[in-house]
Parts: sequence; structure tokens; C-alpha cells
Amino acid sequence: MKVDEIKIGGIGASRKRVEDDRFIRGKGNYTDDIVLPGMLHMEILRSPLAHARIKSIDTSKAWDIPGVHLVMTGEMMASRNLAWMPTLSYDTQAVLATDKVRFQGQEVACVIADDPYIAKDACEAIEVDYELLPVIVNPDQAVAEGAPVIRDDKENQPDNVIYNWEVGDKTGTDRAFEQADVISKLELHYPRSHPSPIECCGSVADFNRATSKLTVYMTTQAPHIIRAAVAMVAELPEHMIRIVSPDIGGGFGNKVPVYPGYVCSILASILLERPVKWIEDKSGNLISTGFARDIYLKGEMALRRDGKILAVRMHTDADHGAFFSDAQPSKFKLGLIHSAFAAYDIPVAHLTARGTYSNKAPGGVAYRCSFRVTEAMFFQERMVQAAATDLGMDQAEFRRMNFVRDDDFPHRTPFGFLTDSGQYAKCLEVGLKAINYQDFRKKQAEARERGRLLGLGISTMTEPLGAGNSREYDILGIKMFDSAELKVHMTGKAIVRTGARTQGQGHETTWAQIVAHELGIPAEDVVVEEGDTDTAPFGMGTYASRSTPVAGAAVAMVCRKIRAKARRLAAHLLEVSEEDIDWELGRFYVRSAPDRGVTIQECALAAYSNMPDGMEPGLENTAYYDPPNLTWPFAVYIVTVEVDPATGVWDVLSTVAVDDCGVRINPMIVEGQIMGGLTEAYAMASMQFITFDADGNCVGSNYMDYLLPTAWETPGYELHSEVVTPCPHHPLGAKGIGECAAVGGPAAFVNAVIDAISQTGVRNIDMPLLPDRVWEALETGRDVSGAPPVKSS
Amino acid sequence: MTMVYEDDEAASDVPVRKIRFTINGQKKIAEVEPRLLLSHLIRRGAGLTGTHMGCDTTNCGACTVLVDGAAVKSCTMLAVQADGHSIETVEGLASASELHPLQEGFKQEHGLQCGFCTPGMMMAAKALLARNPDPTEEDIRWALSGNLCRCTGYQNIVKSVLWAAAKMRGER
Repeated sequence: MKVDEIKIGGIGASRKRVEDDRFIRGKGNYTDDIVLPGMLHMEILRSPLAHARIKSIDTSKAWDIPGVHLVMTGEMMASRNLAWMPTLSYDTQAVLATDKVRFQGQEVACVIADDPYIAKDACEAIEVDYELLPVIVNPDQAVAEGAPVIRDDKENQPDNVIYNWEVGDKTGTDRAFEQADVISKLELHYPRSHPSPIECCGSVADFNRATSKLTVYMTTQAPHIIRAAVAMVAELPEHMIRIVSPDIGGGFGNKVPVYPGYVCSILASILLERPVKWIEDKSGNLISTGFARDIYLKGEMALRRDGKILAVRMHTDADHGAFFSDAQPSKFKLGLIHSAFAAYDIPVAHLTARGTYSNKAPGGVAYRCSFRVTEAMFFQERMVQAAATDLGMDQAEFRRMNFVRDDDFPHRTPFGFLTDSGQYAKCLEVGLKAINYQDFRKKQAEARERGRLLGLGISTMTEPLGAGNSREYDILGIKMFDSAELKVHMTGKAIVRTGARTQGQGHETTWAQIVAHELGIPAEDVVVEEGDTDTAPFGMGTYASRSTPVAGAAVAMVCRKIRAKARRLAAHLLEVSEEDIDWELGRFYVRSAPDRGVTIQECALAAYSNMPDGMEPGLENTAYYDPPNLTWPFAVYIVTVEVDPATGVWDVLSTVAVDDCGVRINPMIVEGQIMGGLTEAYAMASMQFITFDADGNCVGSNYMDYLLPTAWETPGYELHSEVVTPCPHHPLGAKGIGECAAVGGPAAFVNAVIDAISQTGVRNIDMPLLPDRVWEALETGRDVSGAPPVKSS
Repeated sequence: MTMVYEDDEAASDVPVRKIRFTINGQKKIAEVEPRLLLSHLIRRGAGLTGTHMGCDTTNCGACTVLVDGAAVKSCTMLAVQADGHSIETVEGLASASELHPLQEGFKQEHGLQCGFCTPGMMMAAKALLARNPDPTEEDIRWALSGNLCRCTGYQNIVKSVLWAAAKMRGER
């Protein structure tokens, strides 16, 4: 008898998460929970200055403190050829500063001691003599005449420009603009932000002299990439390196890059032959590890009077900080920024991009998004709102009119991506109905007559998720694919390992559901393991919503390999030929006599106890999955707000999210991901940013200055899942989902506030929409642009 | 916590205080530096790593424990201040055979993702339910406003606490 898929926790079951059992008991095993015999503790001394030449470093007082085992400086790293390391964007980054410091918070020295308190004391005892240099904190300053060259360590780097890059059709775009009835323009700034998982970065490096093996427990979203990087940087043989990513207290892109702290703890362990633990503090995390966004975007849209979009022109100025260390796997200089306008049928477009250095922390990580897609979608939806406003058209109608239609797939976007599926107009209809669009517009008009400011913002997004394919995506030459290994034991229980690494996404629950779906083995009989490079198959890790599109697909594919072998075992057990049997979930049966069958569990037993002559024993296999394309989920987010005209404070009245991410493996987990993304979107729109004063001091170096929303101000959400367009190339029809709401959400909140104050003629307030900025716009009737100003110290 | 020194002078430089406290019902005696944070005493001294540390400024609430029944961010309190007091951590929630309703609620309502903020959330919620067994959604949001979740599952966390409150009132 066929097993009931939902009952065994297959696809579509909102199965409760198995990982919760340890977390709710306080029995998780995060990096800081790891204690090894003889373990020492490392602390990092950071630069208080944004740009300064190092004249001298005196570590003698630090060495004198009892309990101190080692003090490391850039000079010492340089003697081992470790003062600099490669970044994921083909640049270099200082591990410990040698010549000068280039941003506030840069790593200058570190101390290894018996106890972290002692290590911190010793860091304070290190005396560094700095000579101040002029500071650059934005792209305009970076390219100004006479600007100091930040990267004077590099040959062929006469200025602060990292790249000038372009994509699209310039000639065609120029021609389209000549024929436009209306040209709509918009300029905005997407402020610097930080993914800021609650758990900071850290590592426990353990070099064993007796075996020559290096084991590193660390907060990484991509353990295999780290293993390759350590092999390259530290010149250790790769088979003698074991990277273990234990439980991770949130990643959001922050835990993809290699950071100096990891490298220092590894070297310290090799030198001292003892385990060395480094756990970053929060300000260290916020001022030195991978930031996100920090980009100026401007563009214009060529429009026909009836509302048809003819062309788009865009320019971006990205501030990458002191080292170009964007963590992204594409050959494009600014990630997937040119996914902008992918959901709209626009014949031609052109984009230019410039990247510059500044005296700010490096990073450029994909914070809950797929490599600059958040910036692309934010600009897209703000631009679309501005264009509809300029044309005097309804916001929903303008979008509906320009969407790529359901029967137009596959669709080549104006910047060259190939989208493959979606029901964009249907998603919009569901959203408009849920928010009572026409009713709200009436209410809004009535309220305005009484002096109340209501607003409604629409945002849509389609995000390229699930890198590779390997033809176009790689990290330092390593192709973007992923992997899964499945071992079915003789009693029909199983273990799955993948090259991904969960950080809250629930892989331990979801991967077992895929096995249940493919093989009919109950999900509770399947254990999932990830994160140990000695046991997991090679994979590229978890970020950019790639787990389900790539590793999840690999799980399905390895199940199919297992099923193919089980079929041969079934034929043997049933004493018929393979062609004469059919599969239903959990069971093979004889086509002509359906009552005669064997379960997958019986096949598993036979694989170890009763295999046919000549068959290799066992029921284990591995699959590597190289996706043919990215997956393209689509979503519509609609937000309504009320702005207080006296104070500029705005409250969210309602939020509707319509996500079409194809087949949902565990609907409960998918909804958790969407709600999380919406909250990050609200955070970006309302309060969350990191800025710098003119001296390069980071404003936002702790949770008192870098505001994250709490349960108190976070609004409630209404989620819709009725639109399902399976991905045509994913074996399960699934698409990525983890980041969609964080990508598409911010514009919905901002569009709603701009809509509420549209009578002022204000077209833009840059994020975050702090009350004083909204109030300023209301009072002056002018746009409020740029990062919130900060007085110099 | 336990230090080995090279000579008497170095050893006598470090002041040590003896404190007595209760943790999850068990009596403990510890010798600690006066500057040691309570969170470090719990994690490194008592070896109870369920209490997490997420920030340096007492904003994130991951380290929330109960001190004499009140929710306290244990990185804000010195270990010596716990002398004579009773501490309860996430490890004290479940009995040998049964989960606490809050633990059940968080699992039932998908109130956690990465799990890092979860112990602090549950301890803050426990203090709330002790003084208000029938909280509104607003009561819960306010009581948990000192605890950050970055994943961020506030909507489900609130539902989890409502679930637990109903169970503790015998309505579930």
C-alpha cells in the first residue's frame, strides 16, 4: 500500500522542526560553547582611527602580563607571508595591519592568553603610535581631485577607483530615450547596513602537532570554501584541514567571508600547539565584518504616455570600504545588480557602475539577499512608483501593464538574464484583494480631507536565487554546485549529508522531508548532518537562498539514484524483471499483480543481506547537482501606513505578502522565512543603518546606536500562498525563498510613506525613514537624501 | 576562571571573592574575580552554555536568566552580585521527563529558527507568565522588547508564548 506522504512528513507537511529539540533545552552547540583541553583565548586590538600610518607598535607591556602566551602583530604575520590574504573579489585584505590602518576597527594586533579577560587587558597594554591621514567616507570624496590613495599597498592603483563596469545596450537605450513621451528620474541612497546575527563571529582552532591535523570549529556558512581558503592562505595540505561549522546563531551573509580573526586564531594554534578560541564582541562584529549595501543609485525611465516602459538607464556608485571583499560568486563586478527590472517587459536598458574604496570597513556581503539584488529591487520599485506618479497612473495598473506575461516565458530580461516562470499579475491581484485596494484608496482620500495621512505602497520582486549554474558562477574558480550524500541503513533508516549549512533555515527537518517524498521513508527515520568537511560531501554552503534550489535538488537526485538501485533489489526479491515493476510512494509492486510488492525498507535490508549475484552491496550514494539556471521566485508586498503630520512618526496599518516560491517543502518553515524577511525589510525602511562621521568614526558600532526592531515595534503580517508556479528545472519545482521579503519588502514600506505624503510633492526620502526625516520632508516639501548627517567629533 | 600562575606575585595580583548561590535549584560555591560577569560564571563556571551572549551593551537579551524569579540580562550583572541569590537558566526549564510549556510552545508555533535568542526569550517570557498568566499579545510584545531576534520570528514567538500561557492555565 502506498504510504501517505503528509503522514510520513513528506513535501507539503508543516512538520515541526527536529533541531528545535536541542535549542529549546539550551543544548545547542554554538562555537562559543566549544571547550577543548588546554584551550587558550584570543582577543583582537583594533584601530581607533579610520586612516593612519603606523609609526610603531610596542607590545612589551602586553607580554609582561601574567597569563599571556603570545602577542601577534602585522610584522610577525608578514614574516610568515600572512599579513595579507586574498578576498573573494580578487583583491587583498590585511590580516593584521603592517603599513597603515585603513578603517576604524581594522585588526592591528592580537593577544592569546589563558583567559579572555587577560587577553583583553593585554590588548589595552599594547601601545600603537599612529600618524593621522586624511579620511574618505563616500564615493564623491574617493574620486575628488587630490584624494589620498587608500590602497597605496597595491601596484597599478593610482586612485581609489576599483572598477568601472557596464552592462546592457547603450545605443539602443539612448535611441529609446529619444522617442520617449515622458522621462521619469530618481536618485537615491541605500544606506550601509549590517546583517548582524545575534551570535558574533568566532573560531576555535586546534592544531595537533602529533597528527599534523588542523581542526577549526567556526561560525561559517560555507565550510568547504573555508577549507580551500585555509589551504591556499596557510599553505596547509587540504586533507589535513577539517573545518567544522557547529550550530550557527544566524548568518544572513555575515558568516560567508574569511575574516582576520579566523586566520589569527589558526596561526596562533599552530605556533602554540594548543587550541585557541576567538569570539568576537559585538562592536568588533559591527565595525569590521561584512557590511551590506552602501550604494548610490540613480536612473531614469523612458515612458510612452499610455504607460508602456520603453527603456531604463541606471548608474550606481558603490562604496566598498577599504578592501574589495564583496562575497559574491558572479563574474559581474556588482553581483546581480542587473537583475533590476527582470519582472517587467522592458525592451532595452543600460547600466553603468563604479566602485570605489573608502576608509570604511570592507565586506559587501549579501545580507539576506542574492548579491546586490536587494539594491536592484529597491531601485526598481521606487523607480516604478515614481514613473507611475509622473504619468498620473494608478500604481497597480502601471505595474500590471508592464509585467512580463505568464505566456512570455522563458523571458530574456533587458540585462540578459533568462527568467523561466511566474504568474506576476495573479500575485498582484491576490495582494490587492487582500489589502482591499479600492476601499483603501477611498478611505485614504476621505482621511486626507480630515488631515490624516494614509499611504499604500506596493512592491514586487523577482530574485535570481540558487547560484550556480557552474558555467556562470564560481568562487575563486570553484564552480557553484552542491551535493548530497544518502546512506540508507539495513533497517530502512537513513542519514543525509549535504554541502550546505543550516543557520536557522531548518535543513535538518526539510531534507528529511525530501527523502520522505522521494523514497517513502518516514522523515522521522532520516537524520541530517551538515557542516563537517571531513564527512559532508563537497559543497558551496548556504547563502543567497541557494540551499533548496541547489543542495535540496541534490537530495532529490541522490534519492532517485537510491531508488534506481532499490528497483533492482525489488525485482530480485519479487522474482520478476525490472521492467515489470512499478513504484508508488514507499513501495515497488508487480504491475500485473499490484498486491505483490516490497517496501523500500525491505529493499534496504536486501541491499545488505540478500542482494542478487554480482550486485555491489549497500544502499548509499552521492549526487552533485549543477542547476541549469537560477530559480526565479516572485512576490508582491503591499503595506499601508499612517503618518502623523505633527511628528513624522509612521505606523504600519497592515502588511500583505504574496510569495510564489514554487513548491513549498515545509510550508511552516517557508512562512517563518517570509516573516523574518519582512521584519528585516521593516528594519531597513524604519531604523537600521550604519553611518560614519567625517573622521571615519563608525556610528552604529553597537546595539544602542545600530537599531534593530524588537517585538514591540515589529508589525504583524498576513501571508498568502495561493499562487504556486513550480520551477520548471528544479527536480521538486521549488524556488528559493529565504530572502525574498527582505529583498522586496523595503520598497513597499518606503512607497507607502511616500504615498502618504504625496500631496507635498516629495518624491524620495532615503532610508531609514526616521521620524525626523519624514517630518523634514513634510515641513519643507523637499526630498531628504543621503545618509542621516552626523556631526564630526 | 581557574588560573595557574608562574609565581606568587602574579597570583596575588588577582583578587578573588568567594560567593554562594543557587543555580537551577543546586547550591554552588565559587571563587571569582570581582569583575567576572554573571553570564561568564554561568557559561564557563557552571558550564551551562544554554545562556548565550550576543552583545556587549545589554541590548540583545540572549543572556536573560531569572535571578530570584526576575528576568535579568546576566551580562549586566557581576557574578559577585549573585552572592546569596537564586539563578534559573534555560537548562532548568524542563524536568527530567517533561518539557516546560514554553519549550513546547516554541516548538509548536515555530518560535525559533537559529535558536540563539531562544533561551533568553523563554526566560523573559517565563518571568512575564509568572506575574501575568493571561497576557495579551501586546503584553507579550512589551515584555519581550528587551530581547532581539534577528531571524526574525517575533510573530511566531508571540504565538509561542500565548500557546504556553494557555497550556499553563490548563486550557490546552
